Amino acid sequence: MASDYESVAAVILPAGSSVAAKAPSSLRSRAALAALLIAACALPFVLQNYHIFQATMVLVYAVALLGLNLLTGYNGQISLGHGAFYAIGAYAAAILMDRFGVPYWLSVPAAGACCLAVGFLFGLPALKLEGLYLALATFALGMALPQLLKYKHLEAWTGGVGGLVLTKPEAPFALPLDPDQWLYLFVLAVTVLMFVVARNLLHGSVGRAMIAIRDQAMAAETMGINNALCKSLTFGVSAMYTGVAGALGAIVVQFVAPESFTIFLSITLLVGVVVGGLASIPGALYGAVFIQFIPNIAEKISKAAPWAIYGVILIALMFVMPTGVAGAIRAVRARFA
Amino acid sequence: MTKIWKAFVVVVCATVLAMPAQAQKKYGPGVSDTEIKIGQTMAYSGPASSYGALGKVQAAYFKMINEQGGINGRKINFISLDDAFSPPKTVEGVRRLIEQENVLALFGMIGTASNAAVHRYVNSKKIPHLFITSGATKWNDPKDFPWTLPFYPSYHSEAVIYAKHILATKPGAKIAVLFQNDDYGKDYLKGFKEGLGAKANMIVAEASYELSDPTVDSQIISLKASGADVLVQFILNKAAAQAIRKVHDLGWRPTRYLSSTSTSIAAVLKPAGIDKAVGIYSLAWYKDPVAKQWENDPWLKEHQAFMKKYLPQDDATQSTYVPGVLIAQTMVQVLKACGDELTRENVLKQATTLKDLQFPGLLPGIKLNTSPADYAMLHALQMVQFDGTQWARQGELMSVK
Repeated sequence: MASDYESVAAVILPAGSSVAAKAPSSLRSRAALAALLIAACALPFVLQNYHIFQATMVLVYAVALLGLNLLTGYNGQISLGHGAFYAIGAYAAAILMDRFGVPYWLSVPAAGACCLAVGFLFGLPALKLEGLYLALATFALGMALPQLLKYKHLEAWTGGVGGLVLTKPEAPFALPLDPDQWLYLFVLAVTVLMFVVARNLLHGSVGRAMIAIRDQAMAAETMGINNALCKSLTFGVSAMYTGVAGALGAIVVQFVAPESFTIFLSITLLVGVVVGGLASIPGALYGAVFIQFIPNIAEKISKAAPWAIYGVILIALMFVMPTGVAGAIRAVRARFA
Repeated sequence: MTKIWKAFVVVVCATVLAMPAQAQKKYGPGVSDTEIKIGQTMAYSGPASSYGALGKVQAAYFKMINEQGGINGRKINFISLDDAFSPPKTVEGVRRLIEQENVLALFGMIGTASNAAVHRYVNSKKIPHLFITSGATKWNDPKDFPWTLPFYPSYHSEAVIYAKHILATKPGAKIAVLFQNDDYGKDYLKGFKEGLGAKANMIVAEASYELSDPTVDSQIISLKASGADVLVQFILNKAAAQAIRKVHDLGWRPTRYLSSTSTSIAAVLKPAGIDKAVGIYSLAWYKDPVAKQWENDPWLKEHQAFMKKYLPQDDATQSTYVPGVLIAQTMVQVLKACGDELTRENVLKQATTLKDLQFPGLLPGIKLNTSPADYAMLHALQMVQFDGTQWARQGELMSVK
């Protein structure tokens, strides 16, 4: 039972480590979740086009951050190259839609499947690496991919430097929705699905195994957990999530090019995960809001040095909320509980 | 019944009286009685930042127009965003301009690859995408992309002229081609090969480079090794400066051709070494501020005064400012012609019906003409050759499609 596990975990696991995401057991949190969902569905009918676009991108980043969080927050493997999986997902969807005429709603799971395979295959040799060395290996992947995408002999598929332009999907069944509104609702549906799957995954034995490996790999191995398989699978699932986000992102922006997916994207995703809150499912949403809106706010504050302002805000947040926004909310809730 | 009838008559009269007043002023997005909002993305940073001078001078020109009273009493609100010549940033910037800033029109955007990324989007949203700083063939497509107009002369036609020139002056030549590996370079290359026609086998070596590559030295070395005696370069400013220097330093003396977008003496030839650039052929359509032939031209005095007043920190001899001003002047002309009907449709209509528009900055004999069937702006080019101090004119104006 959930509560049994939590009491046992509280004894065994070192203090301060975050336990698996708690199920919203109370009626209040269930109601809050429902209210959030209703508000999210109503959003496209209240906002203007550009803000719907920004809200859709927040959802896309939330899925990407959820993927990275699975790997880094819950499994303790640092990845500085998750932008590469985002790019692979985006290009997989774009190539399927542009070169093979696959409908957009099919290209998203296809891109996810592709990234699952790639992530798993990358995770296998990465088993030998720990901590900083794994970070460097993933960093290398994140650096190499944009250049690979510009590679001459792949140009027929990838479109080279100019990239691929995609058409925006229309609302199906002649629903009276703008393409922007429909796209938001489509992305919302996929996001909710991914969040639910993540929650169920983390609540099950796989989730507990992941957390055990993160906290005490040797003890986990002696308890009978197949570390190698679990870590590789986590890599695969994490890549799949970020790949699905990439595919959705490609459809929303209607454009993929190698320069959209530089190493800076990988670092931005890591920033989002940490700011949102490691090992926290709602943290993915907070982090997504951060990485979508703070650069714009920073540019409004200072046109000359927006990234300096961004850095200042980031450092301030780290001082005020070292466990991320989710951690801060948890602390506040505990204080007032 | 009579009351209702009276009310009906009053309403009809009111509507009829109101209509002429409304028909006089029709505003699209971004327009009010006091301002017109137009936007662009421009390469102020990144590997093509030397072209940022275009956006800079356009902002200065609009400032001058605003100080002189604006266009039909309305001030120009010019929003120019930096896209670092990177297509993803262009997509982001254009989206912001159209959906957040609600500009009336886009104009003077730079970059073949950058504009290609937003080509479909702006046409589907029916935004005037005017006077692109690129001569790629795809911009002249009134049937499929009616909202996009080029300004720069067709790259395809330019390359055909180079091909014909080689066939006429050096029929047995061995040609090496250096081109940028994107839509810009490939458009030129295609035109060049078509211009050579059956003699396309005169090309003995081709080398491409990415805009983001730090140097083109290795490409030049491999082209020299091919034994070619003609070098055709479809490259942008930064690579052009490097190529000119490397070719000279290697002791290689082929007959060189350089694309018209990269002939700035201040931005390309001086950094490369003026003496190393002697003999290069190119095509021109606007006046060079350092050319001897325009020394006493009233245009030069006006241009220098304008630069001194509005961009005093900048090098007024840099030729990049001239096409920037020309594009801004054309935009002002289009907006003026709209009068009080400042809708996107009317802006497009005025832009596609320019007749024999002449500005002092254009070479004598070159006029701007557009029609709904042919969006190409410039229909004549002048062959030039660098002689150590200026791009000297060779022969007569050549007409292009």
